[in-house]
Amino acid sequence: MSTHFDATLDVKGAKCPMPLVKSRKAIGDLPVGHVLQVIATDRGSIADFQGWATTAKNIRLVAQETTAEGGQDLYVHYLERTA
Amino acid sequence: MSPVDTLSPSAPSMPSATTMPSAASMSAPADSSDRLAALEARLTALEDHPSQSTEDRVAMVVFSGDLDKAIAAFIIATGAAAMGMEVSMFFTFWGLNAVKKQKVFAGKNVIEQGFTAMLPGGLGQTGLSQMNYFGAGAKIMRRLMKQHDVSSPEELFGLAQELGVRMVVCDMSRELLGVTDAELIDGLETGGVATFLGDAARAKVTLFI
Repeated sequence: MSTHFDATLDVKGAKCPMPLVKSRKAIGDLPVGHVLQVIATDRGSIADFQGWATTAKNIRLVAQETTAEGGQDLYVHYLERTA
Repeated sequence: MSPVDTLSPSAPSMPSATTMPSAASMSAPADSSDRLAALEARLTALEDHPSQSTEDRVAMVVFSGDLDKAIAAFIIATGAAAMGMEVSMFFTFWGLNAVKKQKVFAGKNVIEQGFTAMLPGGLGQTGLSQMNYFGAGAKIMRRLMKQHDVSSPEELFGLAQELGVRMVVCDMSRELLGVTDAELIDGLETGGVATFLGDAARAKVTLFI
């Protein structure tokens, strides 16, 4: 199962709060209705993005998945800009 | 399913609130439609002016001048700003250390010069609240943050400014400690307790760090 997305942001290696801050900037550059894929290595980003989506009025968390690449876990988030 | 239920603590109270008027409507349907219209009008009015009560704001008092506490404050500030919340930071007493750029001795009396000599001249000279060991602890903490790719306190501060975090310096403590405007980072606001309370009264989150 793959989730549709329009742009991707690589925040591998970035620690709290940078995945959030960079995603915020990136999604601001997208038109409304587009989905941003964020690839992170920060384990806290799973709960962080859920918290962001419940607080912000212009973000919808479409999906989250955990994959592995070269022995390290990747946390992939899909965010839709709704407003 | 269960995590979703626990995420919305207000959900259980919602059905009872909506079933109350509908139970009354069994006896008087015409009256209930009037009340429904009144409720809808009230709801629209509230939605139009959400800031009358609370807004998505974090209001912080940064009282301590320790590096570790400043890091915590700036991480919360940048995180909240990135989440789309408004953020206000009020720097008072030792918290002024976090927003200084230099030390200035000229034009100060002996006590003020003493304070200037004893206190850090900026974030770069602040120490940890624990395990500081005359500055060695702060150096080690900075090295650890670099090793773990955590943004430096200075980067976090710059980011907070970039993200539009409101930063207010308490003028009373600035005068008490003999800190001049020339010693403070440019672009900060000046205010007092009412400046903080004005923002804190509308904030959903208030912190004293």
